[in-house]
Amino acid sequence: MSNAYILAAAALATTALSAQAEIEIGGSASVEGRYFLQDALYPGQPRSQVSLALEPEFYTQWNSGDDSLLVKPYARLDQRDSNRTHVDMREFQWLHVADEWESRVGVGKVFWGQTESLHLVDIINQTDTVDQFDGEEKLGQPMVNFTTYGDWGTVSAFVLPYFRERTFSGQDGRLRPGLPIENDRAVYESDSEQRHIDYALRYQNSMGQWELGLSYFNGTTREPELQVNFEDNLNAHIFPYYAQIEQVGLDVLKVQGAWLLKFEGIYRSGQSEDFGAAVLGFERTTVGIFDTNYDLGLLMEYQYDERENNFFAIGQNDLMFGARWTLNDIDGTELLAGYIQDLDNTDTYSGFVEASSRMTDNWRWKLDAYFFSSDVPGTLNTIRRDDHLQVTLEYFF
Amino acid sequence: MNYVKKISLIWFAGLLAISTGIQAKDDAVEKGLEIAKERKARDTGWDNSVANMTMILRNAQGQEATREMRVSSLEMQDDGDKALTVFDSPRDVAGTAFLSFSHAMEPDEQWIYLPAIKRVKRIASRNKSGPFMSSEFAFEDMTSFEVEKFSYEFLREDKYNGEKVFVIEQTPEDEFSGYSKQIVWIDQEHYRVRKVEFFDRKNDPLKTLEFEDYQAHEVNGKQFWRPYRSYMYNLQTGKSTELSTNSLEFGQELDESDFDKNSLRRAR
Repeated sequence: MSNAYILAAAALATTALSAQAEIEIGGSASVEGRYFLQDALYPGQPRSQVSLALEPEFYTQWNSGDDSLLVKPYARLDQRDSNRTHVDMREFQWLHVADEWESRVGVGKVFWGQTESLHLVDIINQTDTVDQFDGEEKLGQPMVNFTTYGDWGTVSAFVLPYFRERTFSGQDGRLRPGLPIENDRAVYESDSEQRHIDYALRYQNSMGQWELGLSYFNGTTREPELQVNFEDNLNAHIFPYYAQIEQVGLDVLKVQGAWLLKFEGIYRSGQSEDFGAAVLGFERTTVGIFDTNYDLGLLMEYQYDERENNFFAIGQNDLMFGARWTLNDIDGTELLAGYIQDLDNTDTYSGFVEASSRMTDNWRWKLDAYFFSSDVPGTLNTIRRDDHLQVTLEYFF
Repeated sequence: MNYVKKISLIWFAGLLAISTGIQAKDDAVEKGLEIAKERKARDTGWDNSVANMTMILRNAQGQEATREMRVSSLEMQDDGDKALTVFDSPRDVAGTAFLSFSHAMEPDEQWIYLPAIKRVKRIASRNKSGPFMSSEFAFEDMTSFEVEKFSYEFLREDKYNGEKVFVIEQTPEDEFSGYSKQIVWIDQEHYRVRKVEFFDRKNDPLKTLEFEDYQAHEVNGKQFWRPYRSYMYNLQTGKSTELSTNSLEFGQELDESDFDKNSLRRAR
């Protein structure tokens, strides 16, 4: 999204909001430090980087709450990587609620799915990988959304008029392949490029101990294929290719006592190969473990993907083990650790730890650690020296 | 002859004593159930309500934290109630919302909405004994009272803060409850719960809950009593939670569509 677009949106937001009497303001600001445990694999990459992020939130409602406007701009400033320094409109959404339907118009964020280690079904928003490597951070998606619901469930239809390109580390950033992925040279299958209009449809329902979601997407793939241009040997570069795809998805959750059984599966056609992919697993939580106040959740998920050579399809035949430890203390301390083993190659694995706790009512610390290992060509191999610790102090207002 | 007679007399007396004991027990069960039914009957017909609440958490070291939340509740006929709780503080969890459908006999259904990632997550309801928002209240303490959730035994009549009360013991029917039993003090005039003692699965005293500052609300010509302050104290850890009601309104024109996953997703 261009800066001009964001400025215009911000100006519009200010005008729209100042017309309203009551504006709730909230949000967060954070300072983050990353330290890489090994020397960089590629020239020019830093050993550490410091960055600042700001995400204010403005909210107002009218018509006794039937209409509301949420505006959530976002900015990150990174000491090293100019690609990581970026602004975005995470949300700029007018929501209208009626008895049996609701509409959302503007820039928004939508999550679909049930599993933890991979979000296959979730496709509306583009991933902001440069912002957070775990893939949970998303770019705002322009949309017109209409949702209707009843005893039979919820049906949601989306028209997505503008495409957001995935973000990638630049020349001066870690967590990238040997050559940076050059967004400026992105190639699209559609002549309309980013202005191609995408569509999506979703049905979802809760039935007793079951949660069911069915989805369909038609448009520009959120997950590009990487291609290398060797034409000019001195300036060889990697660029993302965004094909037109169709994707159907199914996500299911079953509550089985203390167990949550989870499944997500997709079938996608339109890219260089048509393929299926799935994640299947469980989460089992024990409360008050060992006579303490702590909860311990154990997770296991199996990842399958038919594709052999896609940079982003890491979970081809992989197994994730995880543990979620919740202290249930005043500070809301929690810890999530995970380990993902490639079943095709014992030396290919990755791991992560995410811990956080409150220091005061407004301040929270976070400690994230990521580890990668692989000695065969592939995605993890390109970032095998990018093990890092990330410390974040976040202020909520 | 005399000897035989004497034996049978003793035997008969013993039998009588036992059967009287059984009879007494049956009566206590019957009376306990009647009190529980009356408690429920007195609290039926309130329809829906919206409350602003403050929760103060205290640990044994004296650390204190305040949580603000809004709770919408919907009474369901022939089923447990529905509730939607939205947290306003601390700021890092502001906007987090919790939806629960309690049921008398089937497992409760619960979802949590995490606004930062726009995700609705189902919660395994068997974990009902886990703490609600790090407080001394368990999830199961926050769900509605349903007669079928317990079996009862009337213990005695007593006085509590000068008021005449019934003291009954209630045993959770759900094997996944965190409690082996609860002793409940219910006032005889309005059938309001005044105090509860909770016993853990090992039958050791675990927590006490006291209700204070009951206020009457009139809904459709019937009076409903709500405690504006409740105080839960954990005897084993020294931690406590105080829950106060800042405002409470009935008749908010809520219906089931205000208590589904769509409403959870747009709660704030």
